Amino acid sequence: MIPRWLYAPAAVGAAFVLLPLVAIAARVEWTDLFDLVTSQASKDALWLSLRTSAIATLLCLLFGTPMAVVLARTSFPGQGVVRSLVLLPLVLPPVVGGIALLYTFGRRGLLGHELDVLGLQVAFSTTAVVLAQTFVAMPFLVVSIEGALRTAGQRYEVAAASLGARPTTVFRRVTLPLVLPGLVSGAVLAFARSLGEFGATITFAGSLQGVTRTLPLEIYQLRETDVDAAVALSLVLVVVAVLVIGLARQGRSAA
Amino acid sequence: MTRRARGVLLGISLAVLALPSASCGSDDETGGGTTTLTVYAAASLTSTFEEIGRRFEAEHDGVQVKFSFGGSSDLVAQIQNGAPADVFASADTANMDKLVAAGLDGGDPQDFATNVLEIAVPPGNPADVHSFQDLAGPDVKVVVCAPEVPCGAATSQVAQRAGVTVHPVSEEQSVTDVLGKVTSGEADAGVVYVTDVLAAGDSVDGIEFPESAEVVNTYPIAPVEGTDDPDLAREFIELVLGDAGQHILQDAGFGQP
Repeated sequence: MIPRWLYAPAAVGAAFVLLPLVAIAARVEWTDLFDLVTSQASKDALWLSLRTSAIATLLCLLFGTPMAVVLARTSFPGQGVVRSLVLLPLVLPPVVGGIALLYTFGRRGLLGHELDVLGLQVAFSTTAVVLAQTFVAMPFLVVSIEGALRTAGQRYEVAAASLGARPTTVFRRVTLPLVLPGLVSGAVLAFARSLGEFGATITFAGSLQGVTRTLPLEIYQLRETDVDAAVALSLVLVVVAVLVIGLARQGRSAA
Repeated sequence: MTRRARGVLLGISLAVLALPSASCGSDDETGGGTTTLTVYAAASLTSTFEEIGRRFEAEHDGVQVKFSFGGSSDLVAQIQNGAPADVFASADTANMDKLVAAGLDGGDPQDFATNVLEIAVPPGNPADVHSFQDLAGPDVKVVVCAPEVPCGAATSQVAQRAGVTVHPVSEEQSVTDVLGKVTSGEADAGVVYVTDVLAAGDSVDGIEFPESAEVVNTYPIAPVEGTDDPDLAREFIELVLGDAGQHILQDAGFGQP
């Protein structure tokens, strides 16, 4: 039982979030929709976005999962500070992330010389897009898995270890299956965040069709010349986002 | 929903809607009877127009000049959607034409400045770029504006006339983005305007090229239809077109139309 007056501000809040989405749908030229979203530039952007977001999600899983386990299952001095700093990209304006990445991986950046020696040129490449996406999406995965780990507790892990299972076996056979729903929804969120990444990409990676111009950058660019196409592509991103949220919910309720 | 809940909902909605206008209202009053002139101007005019604005305020007691700087096409779109602009200064004629076509010009547009392209390179010119032709070199990382924005349209025109095919590593959304890639040393060269190179100071070197003279960008200015104070808008435009304004613009590298 909740107080009845809560409904009013809740309705205003819901309307505030939903109305702009309705407005996009209302503004779309439905008859031309197919032509607008299937131009070569749009297809290139969509394909690039899906590809880079998938790789970024994979990188997040590869490095974010161990990070979440370390944060949830161990304690060391300064852990609180480390956790806060790892989550920083969550609250950092993406353009700041882009500048930070530029001065890390850029030609004159912290690692620029070493990368150059190795023959790796990150700037203006698809790699730069993936790096930007991984940077902004990582915290979503870490938060999600760390939360799942803490909720699950350590009972089963302790039991498995007491029965003689080695730490790697416990991690593989007990810990991972236990947090699988959190892992799935974390990965879906990371994918969604990667798909929407804009600020860090435009600052760090540049914008070139098929190489670095992802869907959000393509929308930003089209807005100058072809508003109808920009709106149509926006709708595509909205639909993808809705699907992603649906998937994440499904993953969670299956737990 | 009960009638009371509906009442509350309506009240909150109205309060939310009233918020921005209420804050704007008090904003105007704080100056004690000051008048505000709102100028929408292309991003490349930022420093010059701020200086002209200070001069205008000094010459007009109780007048405050507020600026909104941005890409010209963004600004036109905002004005078309009801943004409270009194004056619009565009970086190209195409966007001013959009304003005129929408019937939002409160007077004939007048050209007040010109700008030409220049190549910007990081200090020391690491890729040894000396002409527009050098931009076609295989190992030169060139950043340009996207063909959809004015600076990019000008760049492709120059490339066409010079008979040079440039393969940029990035097509940026604005001159500022191009300049950023050059000052950070990521790009070997960027095509921007003369005024941008001048404004960037020591962080880039400029390389002029003769083909730039063939593609001159013209900046028009006009009052916006429906302004509260057409006289004040006209006076601001006169200041921009007059000796004082022209002097400030030419110091920044702009040409005379």
